[in-house]
Amino acid sequence: MTFSQRANVGLRKVPSWLVYLVGGAIPFWYLYLAATGGMGVEPINALERELGELAILTLVIVLAVTPFRRLTGISLVMHRRALGLLSFFYVLCHLLVWLVLDVQDLGRVWADILKRPYITIGMAAFILLLPVAATSNNWSIRKLGPVRWRRLHQLTYVISVLGVAHYVMVQKVWEAKPLAYLVIILVLLATRIELPRRLSPAEKG
Amino acid sequence: MARRWTNDLTRSDATPRSVYMNRRQLMAGLGGASLLGVAGRAHAQEELEPNSLEEITSYNNFYEFGTSKTDPKKYADQLTTEPWSIEVDGLVDNPGRFSMEDILSQFDIEERIYRMRCVEAWSMVIPWNGFELADLLSVAGVQDEAKFVAFQTLMRPEEMPGQQYPILEWPYVEGLRMDEAMHPLTIMATGIYGEPMPNQNGAPIRLVVPWKYGFKGIKSIVRITALAEQPPTTWALAAPGVYGFYANVNPNVDHPNWSQATERRVGGGLFSKRRDTLMFNGYEDEVASLYEGMDLTATENI
Repeated sequence: MTFSQRANVGLRKVPSWLVYLVGGAIPFWYLYLAATGGMGVEPINALERELGELAILTLVIVLAVTPFRRLTGISLVMHRRALGLLSFFYVLCHLLVWLVLDVQDLGRVWADILKRPYITIGMAAFILLLPVAATSNNWSIRKLGPVRWRRLHQLTYVISVLGVAHYVMVQKVWEAKPLAYLVIILVLLATRIELPRRLSPAEKG
Repeated sequence: MARRWTNDLTRSDATPRSVYMNRRQLMAGLGGASLLGVAGRAHAQEELEPNSLEEITSYNNFYEFGTSKTDPKKYADQLTTEPWSIEVDGLVDNPGRFSMEDILSQFDIEERIYRMRCVEAWSMVIPWNGFELADLLSVAGVQDEAKFVAFQTLMRPEEMPGQQYPILEWPYVEGLRMDEAMHPLTIMATGIYGEPMPNQNGAPIRLVVPWKYGFKGIKSIVRITALAEQPPTTWALAAPGVYGFYANVNPNVDHPNWSQATERRVGGGLFSKRRDTLMFNGYEDEVASLYEGMDLTATENI
């Protein structure tokens, strides 16, 4: 057995519930840290940022599943749904921290969504995530049919660009880390572009 | 003959000085610029409870050490602050170098408990030790033509790793109008809580202008220049229209990315409530006259 075959056997043995459990526990672990001083003296901002970065990192992993399989033969595809739903969960936590702990005022939340471009963009990404998350189940695949389902889930590409744009824009200066995420996401999306296939001499006739 | 009213209270009946000059009331006095001027104003009733040294030294913006709030604490110990001197030049009668020793021995170091409002909508209360910038400027002998003062931070990329990246234009520069520089609230701070200035807070000497956003308080100063023209300032160079020369705390003028109407005091934990931001950070009575006739919401005056 090659390394990638062995890796695939191993990965398939990891039960989905474990991915959900471990991944789902991270925000609670962060919350615990923030409440007990583990995130510094200004825990609200730290928690908000950590959750946002976790969401974007998970989204990067989701986007990397296909190119990574093509490149190495190792497939994470059986865990992609769990990772995608976890990313949605992290975005939801990030949004809740912003709303409840940070801004604390629904009127101001609404004003910010309308007025601040980076928040408008982040919010748009969240809204686009809703149908994708809601249809991340076998029943929806059957109901929509694989073609429509696939097209709907290609919204992930748009969401990832909006999400990383939100991350880049919230900084006061051009910071290296968000820009690195932007480049990685653009590269991962570029691997989806199907280049026009060159005709072989035989096909040319 | 009507009996005249006589005072039956003696000096000993008065509240002892140690009680009325207690720390909290002193804090509400906002550093002594006008102990009486602010009494009776609603915001002056607020008790200014200083943040802990731990809070003040572990949540900083000092991009010379990195853009994260925790970078300065992590990396600022690399900075050598001895020997240190400030070059004072430009339109002054007595240009020259002030060593830190000269500064500490020549000027009266006093405690000033000020609010510190960051442009990112968080705030602290910091018990600075320092002296009025006006004292230094008067020793330097500012000439009549000088209308502005420019400040410059140390440029030493080998000790300040942030300077190895073009996040901002280095070295960091700041400036004040001469009347702002001469204002009694404007201080050169050399310490916090009676200790020498921690490196991450701008050792060994920095500017504190409490009615302006924190980024005006340039750190680790090596040069002060009196000028006839308004000098460039780092954040206004980085994002003109977002950050201006004045950078007065103003709850009515938003940053494009967030409202400036409220702020969060650092140290309140996970459920810390936002509080209203005060005009001129609560120093309106002392400084509003400096800006009479100026439209403080106009982009050129932010």
